[in-house]
Amino acid sequence: MSPSNPAASLLAVAGLHKSFGANQVLKGIDFTVHAGEVVALIGPSGSGKTTALRCLNGLEIPDAGTVAFAGGPEVSFSAGFKPKKAQILRQRSAMVFQGHHLFPHLSVLQNVTVGPLEVQKRPRAEVMEQATALLARVGLADKAQAYPNSLSGGQQQRVGIVRALMLKPDLLLFDEPTSALDPELVGEVLVVIKELAQEGWSMVLVTHELAFARDVADTVVFMDGGVVVETGPASQVLAAPQNPRTQAFVQRLLHPF
Amino acid sequence: MDSNWQLFLDSLWPLAQAAITASIPLAVISFAIGLAVALLMALMRISGSRVLSSIARVYISIIRGTPLLVQLFVIFYGMPSLGLTIDPWPSAIIVFSLNTGGYCAEILRAAILSVPAGQWEAGYTVGMSRTRTLYRIILPQAARVAVPPLSNSFISLVKDTSLASIILVGEMFRKAQEITAVTFEFMLLYCTAAGIYWVICLLLSALQNSLEGRLEKYVAK
Repeated sequence: MSPSNPAASLLAVAGLHKSFGANQVLKGIDFTVHAGEVVALIGPSGSGKTTALRCLNGLEIPDAGTVAFAGGPEVSFSAGFKPKKAQILRQRSAMVFQGHHLFPHLSVLQNVTVGPLEVQKRPRAEVMEQATALLARVGLADKAQAYPNSLSGGQQQRVGIVRALMLKPDLLLFDEPTSALDPELVGEVLVVIKELAQEGWSMVLVTHELAFARDVADTVVFMDGGVVVETGPASQVLAAPQNPRTQAFVQRLLHPF
Repeated sequence: MDSNWQLFLDSLWPLAQAAITASIPLAVISFAIGLAVALLMALMRISGSRVLSSIARVYISIIRGTPLLVQLFVIFYGMPSLGLTIDPWPSAIIVFSLNTGGYCAEILRAAILSVPAGQWEAGYTVGMSRTRTLYRIILPQAARVAVPPLSNSFISLVKDTSLASIILVGEMFRKAQEITAVTFEFMLLYCTAAGIYWVICLLLSALQNSLEGRLEKYVAK
């Protein structure tokens, strides 16, 4: 579990490059995540923040760069890299998707336990106990036997978060976890994420919710055009950005009209 | 009229017996093997390997581009000239299986591709390998999509087993022909056989409906 010495580095990302055909999406991304730190990746659409996040979980294979967890694994990408070798990154991190991607043919309980039981092969009793506790935590104790289709968007996303937590990752990855939700359902998901942050979970969060980033994140990484433009404490980057591109972006989101 | 009625009653059981002991087993066995072939071909098609994909594509093209009757003749009457004589039953099973494999490969491929890419990624992120994600996450969802077209294929196959009469398999239609050879009551016997095929297909349609209902919850909404 993640709560630990806040000074220790957990993840170092260096020199990530990624192109889709002629479109160069990442042009050398560097950032670090310390244990217990919440890092928000922000930036305009197409800035590469989601691609960068997906690289951390091996869902996207960068053309170059390294993703290194303290204590391993450390994965160096280069041309001809076998995607299978990025699988080991998933031992340390777990992803919460924008569109939740729950398994529709499995019950809520099966959704959150399939990884621990069938992949991690942990004892059934322990896994069930953990699942019951986590589902109760996010207010879904009575939905364990329900199927995802019968849940609201906010409930589905909370199950998605539990599914990630069940894997006991050291780092949680959130890819715009509230962007696909109806506005009135955003709050219930953000509350859960905020509680996790306060508990000391390490996380990298791609988000458009600047107010939330300011509230929850320790560090903000502002990306634009495939590069990191500005990095710093959340309060500083969002309240008094130094770089003109960051300033323009923050202005635009805070005052859209 | 009375003698016709009597003949109908007398022939009903031999025909039904041939359906139960030959036509239906032939269809079921061939379909089971054919589905395995189809799954293999579908996976080869989406494997990303150009060689495997091409092999599957050529196979599917040959199966779909040639008549079933001709395929039966090639295996049963043609192979002996190459020194390989295959009995009627194995010949029929080989041909019907390969034929089902070719037709159902495209059904399964489309069904697998219809499952959103996010389901693969969700499988990966809970730690599953590609293979485990395929059978644990993707195929159950693809199955629901594939049931209606696969049911169609199976119903077609049940009726197509009548072609095996031409390569001497003692299935229901051959039984009907044997009875007409003695009685010359063509209309009566062939209509009785047609009626039995129809009843079997009605039962299969009912089975399809209940299967679709049971798989309903597997669909992502």
